[in-house]
Amino acid sequence: MSKRIEVKDLNVYYGKFKAVEDVSLTIEPRTVTAFIGPSGCGKSTFLRTLNRMHEVIPGASVQGEVLIDGKNLYDADVDPVMVRRQVGMVFQRPNPFPTMSIKDNVLAGVKLNNGKISKSDADHLVEKSLKGANLWKEVRDRLDLPGSGLSGGQQQRLCIARAIAVSPEVILMDEPCSALDPISTLAIEDLIEELKAKYTIVIVTHNMQQASRVSDKTAFFNIAGTGEPGKLIEFDDTTTIFENPHVQATEDYISGRFG
Amino acid sequence: MSALVVPAPTSARQLSKPTLWLTAGVSAFVAFGVFGVLMAAGISEGFNIVAAVFASAILFVLLSYVMSRIVEGRRKAADRLATGLVTTAFIVALLPLISLIWTALVNGLPRFDALFFSSSMRNVVGEGGGGLHAIIGTLEITLAATIISVPIGIMTAIYLVEYGKGRLAKAITFFVDVMTGIPSIVAGLFAFALFAIFFGPGIRFGIGGAVALSILMIPVVVRSTEEMLKLVPNELREASYALGVPKWLTIVKIVIPTAIGGIITGVMLSISRIIGETAPLLIIVGMSTSMNYNLFSDRMATLPVFVYTQYASQGSDAQAYIDRAWTGALVLILIVMALNLIARLVSKLLAPKGLR
Ligand SMILES: Nc1ncnc2c1ncn2[C@@H]1O[C@H](COP(=O)(O)OP(=O)(O)OP(=O)(O)O)[C@@H](O)[C@H]1O
Ligand SMILES: [Mg+2]
Repeated sequence: MSKRIEVKDLNVYYGKFKAVEDVSLTIEPRTVTAFIGPSGCGKSTFLRTLNRMHEVIPGASVQGEVLIDGKNLYDADVDPVMVRRQVGMVFQRPNPFPTMSIKDNVLAGVKLNNGKISKSDADHLVEKSLKGANLWKEVRDRLDLPGSGLSGGQQQRLCIARAIAVSPEVILMDEPCSALDPISTLAIEDLIEELKAKYTIVIVTHNMQQASRVSDKTAFFNIAGTGEPGKLIEFDDTTTIFENPHVQATEDYISGRFG
Repeated sequence: MSALVVPAPTSARQLSKPTLWLTAGVSAFVAFGVFGVLMAAGISEGFNIVAAVFASAILFVLLSYVMSRIVEGRRKAADRLATGLVTTAFIVALLPLISLIWTALVNGLPRFDALFFSSSMRNVVGEGGGGLHAIIGTLEITLAATIISVPIGIMTAIYLVEYGKGRLAKAITFFVDVMTGIPSIVAGLFAFALFAIFFGPGIRFGIGGAVALSILMIPVVVRSTEEMLKLVPNELREASYALGVPKWLTIVKIVIPTAIGGIITGVMLSISRIIGETAPLLIIVGMSTSMNYNLFSDRMATLPVFVYTQYASQGSDAQAYIDRAWTGALVLILIVMALNLIARLVSKLLAPKGLR
């Protein structure tokens, strides 16, 4: 179910401002890749180009190629809506739909897209997705209550359940734990470990320990100064990046000397 | 070591609740007393309750400021003064409203009877008669105006918030703003001129009034819906897009349901805004003394015009006409109040939990 992502010479713009310059990297299927780097270096921006969420922002544009299993996402005949069904996303702040119950939140992607799903299928999917997101035990007796009534960590896991319910092949996570306590964070890290078996996962994080705990590969982004575009400095196995990085800037960042 | 400065405890001396109540009582007593004396001396005509309440409030604010200044110190006194002034301003804003409702009740209740709600003015020249035809007319025309305006208004707002960028959106926003300021008589003349092209200059019918009212209503709906849609967090739209939901479905299934409570409130307020319009209806709908349920032909009665004509052309028994006018006004106020209550109820029921 999971796919390889190849990025070739990608430049990302907000209007005239070039936010990310010349990124090329390959993400293997069924791996966890972490993006690290100082604030404003374009991690979120780059992440959002992987499912064409970047172009939702007025004036935003992309140059270059993102190939998923050899097919360029930015080809003229590709429908961004279809891309987003394959590449799911979890945001920094939990954002369950406030008008919907927990159950409807999980089913949102399926229901909004296909309209019809039989009740037994729906119940099955809800249970499967919530179990997949490690939330089932906590919410199984209040599936019909609003999703916004959950704690922050539970809401974030609800959002993960919502993302995996549409069975994507890749899941992008933009600082999924930054608003969470250590216990919820651990729960989500465990979850990422489990999801890895089925999905390709890309995660942005400011937490070095988290990156080293959950990821197989790590990409370090950096920025020369304000107004300059962010660049991919080093991309390698997580152990290499954390134990003997090749670039001085990476080492400085990881050892906390800047950023 | 213990160089930490312990903040001085807030002044232990405080004005107690009973003292304040007493002050309020004294202020009211003095103010009412003064106005009572004025009345007794024949200087003012009748007892002016509005002025008395206002004077009590001002007196109370001043008294409590002085007392607080003496007992509690400067900061507290300033706080009391500010609170008092804001409250007084609120009362000042409220007084005319209460006075208005009171007057309408006193004058409107005498004819607020079954006959008023069951008969028209057909063949009535003195006492009796009623405003049923006007109530029906107002409800029909307002409903028609709502049916015309709400879809146009909401769709315009959706365009402006979700799709609009560049010149066209700016132009639309500008024209909506201009439309907000159109005098209602102009809207009436416009509708009249428009329909006169097709049906000749003698044209009078209900739907023309509905069109005129829509011109007044659309900008209000656009504006309020726009504000409500802007309140929907962008994260919800992004969450929906990220699930592979197309934009239009996101708007229909996520954005609008999230904002629906506010949108409905806005629509109700816009209805309240137009339901009392008189001038455009005078021009294009005219007036009738008998029942006309048909929006598409002939003159119709409406409550505002009913009130106006009853008052403007009093017949043989003037008091009967004036009474009917007041009752018409009272009914209009009650309809608007009922609409507002319904709007509150609906928006409370539909508002997403935990968001507001
Ligand atoms: N909507 C936007 N419009 C214009 N510029 C933007 C927008 N979003 C981000 N940028 C700019 O793009 C650059 C990269 O921002 P981005 O959000 O990708 O950084 P980041 O690495 O995710 O930072 P953080 O770690 O703080 O989340 C920044 O200079 C930022 O100011
Ligand atoms: Mg970011």
